[in-house]
Amino acid sequence: MVKFIVRRLLLLIPILFGLSLLLFIWVRALPGGPATALLGEKATPARIAEVNKSYGFDRPVLTQYLTYMKKVIHLDFGQSIALRRDVTDEILRRFPATISLAAAAMLFAVGIGVPLGLMAARRERTWFDFTAVTASLVGVSIPVFFLAQILKYIFALKFSLLPTIGRLTTTRHLEVHTRIEVIDSIIAWDGGALWDSIKHLILPGIALGTIPLAIIARITRASVLEVLNEDYVRTARAKGLRTRAISRGHVLRNALLPIVTVIGLQTGLLLSGAVLTEQVFTWNGMGSLLADGVIKKDYPVIQGGVMFLAVVFVLVNLLVDVLYAVIDPRIRVS
Amino acid sequence: MNPEPAVPVSGPDAGAPISSSLVKPPILVVEDLRVTFQIHGAKALHAVDGVSFEVRAGETVGIVGESGSGKSVTSLAILGLLPARGVTVTGSIKLDGEQLLHRSERAMQDIRGRRIAMVFQDPMSSLNPVLTVGRQIGETIRRHQKIDRTKARIKAAELLDRVGIPEPMRRLGSYPHQLSGGMRQRVMIAIALATEPALLIADEPTTALDVTIQAQVLDLLRSLVSESDTALIMITHDLGVVAGMCNHVNVMYSGRIVETGQRYALFGSPRHHYTRGLLASVPRLDGSQDRLQPIPGSPSDTIPWSQGCAFSPRCPAVIDACLGSAPELVTSEINTRVRCVNPAPPTDAMWAPR
Repeated sequence: MVKFIVRRLLLLIPILFGLSLLLFIWVRALPGGPATALLGEKATPARIAEVNKSYGFDRPVLTQYLTYMKKVIHLDFGQSIALRRDVTDEILRRFPATISLAAAAMLFAVGIGVPLGLMAARRERTWFDFTAVTASLVGVSIPVFFLAQILKYIFALKFSLLPTIGRLTTTRHLEVHTRIEVIDSIIAWDGGALWDSIKHLILPGIALGTIPLAIIARITRASVLEVLNEDYVRTARAKGLRTRAISRGHVLRNALLPIVTVIGLQTGLLLSGAVLTEQVFTWNGMGSLLADGVIKKDYPVIQGGVMFLAVVFVLVNLLVDVLYAVIDPRIRVS
Repeated sequence: MNPEPAVPVSGPDAGAPISSSLVKPPILVVEDLRVTFQIHGAKALHAVDGVSFEVRAGETVGIVGESGSGKSVTSLAILGLLPARGVTVTGSIKLDGEQLLHRSERAMQDIRGRRIAMVFQDPMSSLNPVLTVGRQIGETIRRHQKIDRTKARIKAAELLDRVGIPEPMRRLGSYPHQLSGGMRQRVMIAIALATEPALLIADEPTTALDVTIQAQVLDLLRSLVSESDTALIMITHDLGVVAGMCNHVNVMYSGRIVETGQRYALFGSPRHHYTRGLLASVPRLDGSQDRLQPIPGSPSDTIPWSQGCAFSPRCPAVIDACLGSAPELVTSEINTRVRCVNPAPPTDAMWAPR
């Protein structure tokens, strides 16, 4: 197992090299450039050339790449052109916000999606099942920004139950440790801040978690239905086991593999940022960082951000593979 | 082929009852069992169509037939394992005089695994791949007996030992995929025997196994049944298995029993043309037949019993009287019962001694 994990981590090196090269070429192939974005449409060619020169964009791409990679090896992703800050610092500032939001969304999606799928499968072809399937269809189809606005309207404007902007009430002071407010408030042992930060997470979490919820519920239902037809479930029934013991001990465990796969994929997606949700709830995470980077042709931000997310993706997938082995002994051998 | 079916062609002892088994009251009495599958819109399918038979303690009863004859559905009906929706079960299934049919699921859960146990066809798919063997045996024991985990584990190891698995304590920690096919079926048998059931149903227990292993598993079943006085229902399409093990044989076709009788009588002088067809299609090693004679057609070439004998489209001896209405089960002169209006003559031996 350790060998397997180490091998997968070593595989990151070629992945990152290939990705960095592709990214490097790709961002430079985009129409326009950082100088135009910085100076505006009316900038003179001379001024643009000047800016390009100051960032070294006038040199051959290969030279630029080698200089860049030399720094990357030392975990220096350069400076953002638009923000004039270290890209590494900016990622470390934004990623905790994304983790909070993704965790809230996944907690919502898994906490409701898995039981819902399980119940729908157990009551196959009843009104409950039909309702659950229809609801999950609506769930995957509903545009995130629309749902976000509706939630905002109902819970904030109409009933002013929940906050809709930021991660913490601005007047509240909280010492920064991890930049994940829920954890920081626990470290500070501040119940008020904890409740405040959780309240800030509810609406964006629901908005972002609805699509994963719908997908997880559907996969759970399908997977459980498949397992319910397996011979070993019939064996478990023939042994006289109670229905609950069969569900927990025999069905869910076997149905878990596809569910874990989907949860892993969705988590990876959420951790790469949620542009729309972040926009609506003014949540400065990875999504808005990258979106701004692309709009402003901020090469260092795009390159650094995407490579960072690639590492996150690989790590999440690795975790999923390790979970596979924990769940299914047949996978442990290979 | 098993060496046992050295059966007398006919003669005075052909229909003689086996040992004292007839003296004991039956453990299981199935009467006029009917199972109908009805998927909305489609025509109702009578999978089991008025089947009656009995099983006594220590007795092995065979149910023989091709796939689709209703033999597996019969066993699932006895255990109450048929799906609740789209299936109608009528008739009577009595275990020690108690009606099993239409009991609540919870009540059946107390009977399954404790008083009636089942061994399924494919041990690979019938064992849960993600749970250890010890857990799968142990949970059966602990479900029906109030003993703690450690004692259940020791009992599970004893069971593994009893079904002939070496190093039982170590094997408790194995997963099904780490065992061979024969071992897996032994584990299934160990699970079935965990609570010493009065009735064991084995549904094609050797079909998924290597030929070399088949005989071992059958021997194991045979010895376990004889030493514990358990009643065994053997469901199979393999007449070799039936001939080697069963005291009483029921041949099923299209949901009905078409011929039934004591093993020697039935094999000594099969009267129904379907039984004869099955016997003729069994390979023999003694060179008494040149080539196998398959039954022409397939089990789907059938007519509803209400329109005549379901086997008539494939029957070599079909006459006009076969059609119109279903033949009744008629007791023959050698004490077997045959559902045929034009049965083969009794002296016409199929299964000659070697």
